[in-house]
Amino acid sequence: MQATSLCISRDPSVQYVLRLADTCLILGQRLGEWCGHGPILEEDIALSNMALDLVGQARALLTRAGQLEGRGHDEDQLAFLRDERDYVNPTLVELPRGDFAFTMVRNAMVATLLKLLWQRLAGSSDAELAAIAGKALKEARYHQQHAADWVVRLGDGTAESRRRTEAALTTLWRYTPELFVADAVDDAAHAMGLGPRWADLQGAWTEEMAQIFAAASLATPQASAFRSTGRNGVHSEHMGYILAEMQHLQRSFPGGVW
Amino acid sequence: MTPTPAICDTPAGGHAPQPGGAPSRIERAWEVLDGVLDPEVPAVSVRDLGIVRDVRLAGESLDVVLTPTYSGCPATEVIEHDVLAAIEAAGLGPAYVTLQRAPAWTTDWITEQGRARLLAYGIAPPGPLPPGTEVPLRFMPRANAVAPALACPRCASLQTERLSAFGSTACKALYRCLACREPFEHFKPL
Repeated sequence: MQATSLCISRDPSVQYVLRLADTCLILGQRLGEWCGHGPILEEDIALSNMALDLVGQARALLTRAGQLEGRGHDEDQLAFLRDERDYVNPTLVELPRGDFAFTMVRNAMVATLLKLLWQRLAGSSDAELAAIAGKALKEARYHQQHAADWVVRLGDGTAESRRRTEAALTTLWRYTPELFVADAVDDAAHAMGLGPRWADLQGAWTEEMAQIFAAASLATPQASAFRSTGRNGVHSEHMGYILAEMQHLQRSFPGGVW
Repeated sequence: MTPTPAICDTPAGGHAPQPGGAPSRIERAWEVLDGVLDPEVPAVSVRDLGIVRDVRLAGESLDVVLTPTYSGCPATEVIEHDVLAAIEAAGLGPAYVTLQRAPAWTTDWITEQGRARLLAYGIAPPGPLPPGTEVPLRFMPRANAVAPALACPRCASLQTERLSAFGSTACKALYRCLACREPFEHFKPL
């Protein structure tokens, strides 16, 4: 590793935007892994398209985070030159892509969350963040509809598709409480009108997920005491691997472009 | 990034010609932009798509205001380059591009000519967006997961079905016609 890591501001507005940016960036990377591996061509293309949307959203958000931070960090530096502890995506999005059912259940969870966030961020006190949200909201709706249709089709499908969907849901559900843990970053962002506390979206999110589960005839899993902590930079063992893959080139050839 | 401009409400292409006289530099720029094709859908121009929001004079330079279609559209940078190259080639430079995110691009900005060109190219153009911002989730059995009465761009049959919500680019969905049996793409309303 030749490029040194950035020193990232702890300013709550920077951290708030980075959480959103990293959620898009890491899920985008996970969806991109499906390129060439989708179960059918149409879904391969759909997943790559959604990965592109998410990476595009991440680029805009990382640029904005860099501007708010005021240390001259651009989107590429923020994407590729931070240490693991400085990525603040929820653990949910960094889990390995699993099978198609796992990917669809997670996409439904994340797209629903992002849709609710973008709706509120469209009224952000930060004009640039509001503009990014106005665009991303339209994309998130298509992502949510796509994933929800698949969860219904798989959950209410064959015995095998149902088995896989239930297994995915059981695993993933334990990582969802983290999304709605209130903390100082969210409180500060809320107070300055930058965006909502994620905790305030829990009711709406739970309701939309329940709608999807009902249509898929899936039961909502039991609540668990487990709390993942990716939004605070403390990640699962999977994060180091995905970052190594993402960062290898920029670390080995700093500033490399093509 | 170039400086963020004020939000512009001028409809694309809505620049009025000067009474009498030769076309102004701005009018000529609009004509040039009508010949700059979208790199992903080379049947329509960037003006047809409604992504050119404004062309204005800024000192000695032309400021071309573009609004990207999708956040991750890989064509955005190519379009920026093509627009500047065409304006320079027509002797209308110097020019620069301002990317403007808000208001977000919508398929409602695609011109009538753009819709006709899409159709002639074999892409079913988008319908108007439903009013309001709330789009409820709807679950349908796959057989019924069809946008109502989307006409085949080849044979105009309404017997069509959606194969996938995402086509060769994020802005399109994949359909097939049950009458002429041909697949086709649909530019999704956004």
